[in-house]
Amino acid sequence: MPVIKTEHLTHLYSVGTPFEKAAIQDVNLEISQGEFVGVIGHTGSGKSTLIQHFNGLLKPTAGKIFLDGKDIWENKSEIRAVRFHVGLVFQYPEYQLFEETVYKDISFGPKNMGLKEDEIDARVREAAALVGLKPEVLEKSPFELSGGQKRRVAIAGVIAMEPKVLILDEPTAGLDPRGRDMILGEIQQYHQEKKNTILLVSHSMEDIAKYATKVLVMNQAQVYAYDTVEAVFSRVEELRALGLGVPQITRVFYQLKQDGMNIETNVYSVKRAKQLILEKLGKGGDAQ
Amino acid sequence: MITDITIGQYFPGKSFIHRLDPRIKIILTIVYIVILFINQGVFGFVLSIGLLAVMYLIAGIPIRMILKSLKPVIPLIIFTSVLNIFFIGGTVIWQWGIITISWEGIRLAVFMSIRILALIAGSSLLTYTTSPIALTDAIERLLKPLKYVKFPVHELAMMMTIALRFIPTLLEETDKIMSAQKARGADLESGGLIRRAKALIPILIPLFISAIRRAEELALAMECRCYRGGEGRTRMKQLHLGGRDAVAVGVMAACLAGVILMNLFLPTVL
Repeated sequence: MPVIKTEHLTHLYSVGTPFEKAAIQDVNLEISQGEFVGVIGHTGSGKSTLIQHFNGLLKPTAGKIFLDGKDIWENKSEIRAVRFHVGLVFQYPEYQLFEETVYKDISFGPKNMGLKEDEIDARVREAAALVGLKPEVLEKSPFELSGGQKRRVAIAGVIAMEPKVLILDEPTAGLDPRGRDMILGEIQQYHQEKKNTILLVSHSMEDIAKYATKVLVMNQAQVYAYDTVEAVFSRVEELRALGLGVPQITRVFYQLKQDGMNIETNVYSVKRAKQLILEKLGKGGDAQ
Repeated sequence: MITDITIGQYFPGKSFIHRLDPRIKIILTIVYIVILFINQGVFGFVLSIGLLAVMYLIAGIPIRMILKSLKPVIPLIIFTSVLNIFFIGGTVIWQWGIITISWEGIRLAVFMSIRILALIAGSSLLTYTTSPIALTDAIERLLKPLKYVKFPVHELAMMMTIALRFIPTLLEETDKIMSAQKARGADLESGGLIRRAKALIPILIPLFISAIRRAEELALAMECRCYRGGEGRTRMKQLHLGGRDAVAVGVMAACLAGVILMNLFLPTVL
């Protein structure tokens, strides 16, 4: 059974005015448990609107969303519980920090869940460790940390709720390459440890190819494609037409093929590229 | 969503009214309010409301916009009308116990309601047809004489401009922070007064911090562009009075004169 399923999900903005516009239109999706989904699409393609439906922050104009087979809007008063199961980390989440200490801020979510003190304590420490925050940081004020550290605190605040589905909206926007790799690495590690479902919105095709198992392509308020990384990134021309593109390394191989070289184009990581090139050069054995 | 609230209700256009000098528009709005209040008879109201209707037609503002601007004053109108009807003495036309209704009371209630409605509709026309920036520009020019009594006119106008500029930004920010805290299970909708007030802390603190951060960034950006107050500052868009401003002033002056004449010569019709 899929963990998240949508049926004809539609969301209109400014209903009943001349400015009425569909942010998402007739979206039918099934996301399986344990998947690491990369979400790509243009600004304004409906990504953010879609993910805010998954945890009930936005109410659909039409259609349904199922979490573990249960319609999340069936009982309106239980919508808060849905938010504990589907954790959402917004863009630039460091701007939502407000507590006196890092510890208190991370515990805001678990506290809202009504957990016991010792359970909260365990979760806060575990979440902080997962995102690479040292124990001594916990007693500091979040406002004296660096930008990257603040973001880790904010992500830990959502992870501490131990959601079944974790959605991250461009968690690496504005970070330096090293900070980006570290945060994504931590998220991947978390995914492998907890075997939960992750949705990662990103503009970096390289990151998507590196971490995701599936790719969801949004275009003009609709799902353009939802498939494995290989299947999606093999549609180079289509993605280009959408203005999205494919990972750089895939582009290189695609161009080589266009230029007449007999080579595969399903290459999404530098590691695989190296292996293929060495094979081509007749040194396949050394690649490993 | 909070962002649906419109503040600074500018309705862009290129009509005669839109292109009037904002200074003239402010002054004429004040004159129009004076006309409404010195007027004593029915004909004056016919004239002033007719003028307003014509101006709205020229400006091309849809009727629902006018209704929208009038909606918030309805409670005020009901309140003043009730006071006027029941507490103004005069020729009694209806009585029940201690409650009396007089002819003068009804007359005053109707006149006052018309005045308030026309006042709001008239001043809304100013904000519908003038962009907030043009408005603060004009205010700065009009208040310029106050400089001689050391009143910080330029600073005040700059503060107004910045405040107007940041209202939508802060509303959007509030919306974002609320969503983020709701995603962490913040409960903003239930509980008593104290619980609700407490629930606002996770929203207000990040909002204040971001407002202060933005203020610092803006101050820095302004200094980088050599801003140092109003002294010797020139403008890209100079305000110029033109022929159409003269026409507008003429029409409003005629209207004022008409109302004064009506007060003098037709004082007792109704």
